[in-house]
Amino acid sequence: MAKHATPLLDQLESGPWPSFVSDLKQEAENRAKNEKNIEFQVAQDCVEDILGILELSFKHGRTHWKHGGIVGVFGYGGGVIGRYCDQPEKFPGVAHFHTMRIAQPGGKYYTSDYLRKICDLWERRGSGVTNMHGSTGDIIFLGTSTPQLEEIFFELTHNLNQDLGGSGSNLRTPSDCIGSSRCEYSCYDTQALCYTLTRDYQDELHRPAFPYKFKFKFDGCPNCCVASIARADMSFVGTWKDDIRIDQEAVAGYVGGEFAPNGGAHSGRDWGKFDMEKEVTGLCPTKCMKYENGKLYINNRECTRCMHCINVMPRALRIGDDRGLSILVGAKAPILDGAQMGSLLVPFVKVEEPYDEIKEVIEAIWDWWMEEGKNRERLGELIKRQGFQKMLEVTNIKPMPQHVQEPRHNPYIFWKEDEVDGGWDRDINEFRKHHAR
Amino acid sequence: MAFISSGYNPDKPMENRITDIGPRKYDEFYPPVIAKNNGKWLYHEIIKPGVLVHVAESGDECYTVRVGGARLMSVSHIREICEIADKHCGGHLRFTTRNNIEFMVDDKAKVEPLIKDLESRKFDGGSFKFPVGGTGAGVTNIVHTQGWLHCHTPATDASGPVKATMDVLFDDFKDHRLPAQLRVSLACCLNMCGAVHCSDIAILGYHRKPPMIDHEYLDKMCEIPLAIAACPTAAIKPTKVKVGDKELKSVAVNNERCMFCGNCYTMCPSLPLADTEGDGIVIMVGGKVSNRISTPKFSKVVVAFLPNDAPRWPQTTSVIKKIVEAYAAGANKYERVGDWAERISWERFFEKCELEFTHHLIDDFRDPAYYTWRQTTQFKF
Repeated sequence: MAKHATPLLDQLESGPWPSFVSDLKQEAENRAKNEKNIEFQVAQDCVEDILGILELSFKHGRTHWKHGGIVGVFGYGGGVIGRYCDQPEKFPGVAHFHTMRIAQPGGKYYTSDYLRKICDLWERRGSGVTNMHGSTGDIIFLGTSTPQLEEIFFELTHNLNQDLGGSGSNLRTPSDCIGSSRCEYSCYDTQALCYTLTRDYQDELHRPAFPYKFKFKFDGCPNCCVASIARADMSFVGTWKDDIRIDQEAVAGYVGGEFAPNGGAHSGRDWGKFDMEKEVTGLCPTKCMKYENGKLYINNRECTRCMHCINVMPRALRIGDDRGLSILVGAKAPILDGAQMGSLLVPFVKVEEPYDEIKEVIEAIWDWWMEEGKNRERLGELIKRQGFQKMLEVTNIKPMPQHVQEPRHNPYIFWKEDEVDGGWDRDINEFRKHHAR
Repeated sequence: MAFISSGYNPDKPMENRITDIGPRKYDEFYPPVIAKNNGKWLYHEIIKPGVLVHVAESGDECYTVRVGGARLMSVSHIREICEIADKHCGGHLRFTTRNNIEFMVDDKAKVEPLIKDLESRKFDGGSFKFPVGGTGAGVTNIVHTQGWLHCHTPATDASGPVKATMDVLFDDFKDHRLPAQLRVSLACCLNMCGAVHCSDIAILGYHRKPPMIDHEYLDKMCEIPLAIAACPTAAIKPTKVKVGDKELKSVAVNNERCMFCGNCYTMCPSLPLADTEGDGIVIMVGGKVSNRISTPKFSKVVVAFLPNDAPRWPQTTSVIKKIVEAYAAGANKYERVGDWAERISWERFFEKCELEFTHHLIDDFRDPAYYTWRQTTQFKF
């Protein structure tokens, strides 16, 4: 018997898409039954209260959760987000209902063994409700009480060899695409780089010392499946410098209809016979390809590696061998001054352990941002405020045409004194000898 | 319920403390076929919606069955996922960045029994637990935020509109009929934890009323300078107000200047914005993160406001459905929503999607606004 009537939420149980309401109800029921005789450390009926308070929000059209408050585990400044509801008398099970962020493994691969242990812990010491996963990438534990935070942390670290993720003004838990583990497009091992940097920068992740949040994301190729270019302060996107590898026989396979274009992604509609001009060479953004006498030619020097031709003919075309990554900086969502896409800072760097070259750029950027960034100013905003040129200066990177879409539209160059012969100190009297007042 | 200690000693928090160990190492969890062929994959193919095969140089094959689901997930549901992984996949699985679950097997013969098992499981309410799909030129799972379920600043719910939208787009989750992939995202306020600003279709919660001011408590609960500094339009200034016979330090809000971002509320709980009529949804379209053919794009606002018509948000889902159908009918193969809109022109986009163009859709926020107006005589009647 449900604790609260939920006539509005009940309407989200029908329809084909998996219903979170049905799932919450099943969890509430399982907790009520408690077949395993678990000594629940937070209210046994807390999931009933989640449903109840959510129903109230559906009725009011407003949230019933309040601001955080400072809660956390000793020595860390992130990983826990305090959460309290504004109707504690009606919903005591969720009166204190903090979120914990658990650092996810690279590629979000799991074994059932590990997940079960996570479930056992979270069922006993929390609500048993999670997000798999939060937007940044962490496993999210939704809802526990303050006294449980250290207990959960202790069990995570001692029994599961598992740490918390980031929150607040620190390095947020870095995340990666599936990378070379299962994708032929990946130009580097995203998981290896993501893991190493996450481990190397644990202090920055757990102890807030930054002006605001800071995100790393690792995309293996310019398809950007993890959306690094749109949302990471530093976005690491795989690329290559040499030629796209062509298997002409397989090209013929696509032309002949033996292979479905785009790996079969368009199978739901009859788009007609494969047309190399219409589907590949004609759509190439730099028109650096041609198909002549049954052979595909690519002028690789003019290629901007957009991935389209490779996406369309994965059996015939493969990324080059001289691989590395591009670093783009400053992406963020609109709060406050409008959204920003990542801007290209490092066109190409090899991805080689121990990744010193990459870390040099990261640390130069951090030094600058920590020195100059205002409270709650994202890197992208600092770049706008102090200028892209300033960033090149602090990272010691040489300006090049690759850095811009096009050169500036105005001549208002802030010349520095040492760039102008003779400097700025001049003698007005000397000038006046030749130029009367 | 009795308190059970984990072994942590609150009197000596540093005793046996383990910190800074980070996440578990990725390769501990690799299925054998992944561990063996990492970096040596040749090509992939989508055999049918939701089913991929990756072929390695060694000749090994990895078959992946992708299923959708709510990112809000109970431990009971996760245990069921584990049971499936044990039964079919040697105990391995993974999640995608868009909240899908992927079950991997190393033999084609294992694929159909896995699919059959997945598709047979339903919640008591009747919805699928593990619908197979989400690949190729179709709709995949929606990335989203917490909404009314667990956030203090949302202007809409997240899980509710997502469920309602995915019910409406369900056929396209299981099909490849669209011109290209179509990514839908939801953020419940313009903090955009879901980074929806580069999605083919973005559902964005938005407040439309300036904050109320809880004068009596403001100075006690908030750092007034921080609340003032938090406002991007400088609409908040310090003031003194009389409450009863007391003069209290508080703030004044210039309502005309308020852009309803809620940043002040984030800094100061005494400035709540949430409102039943004021809050609702903005629809944005045409963004993308991929560099394929065209460069990454921001989404553009095409519907300024839709109400929070819970529990199923029919006005939002019907706008989305109209956009998807117009796109499916009009776009060329490989063309993303934004590329299509740019090719046919935005004036045609509004026509084809049967959306009204209103003054709200013309940018008036700072410098970038100018670059969105039309500085040419080239336009369509």
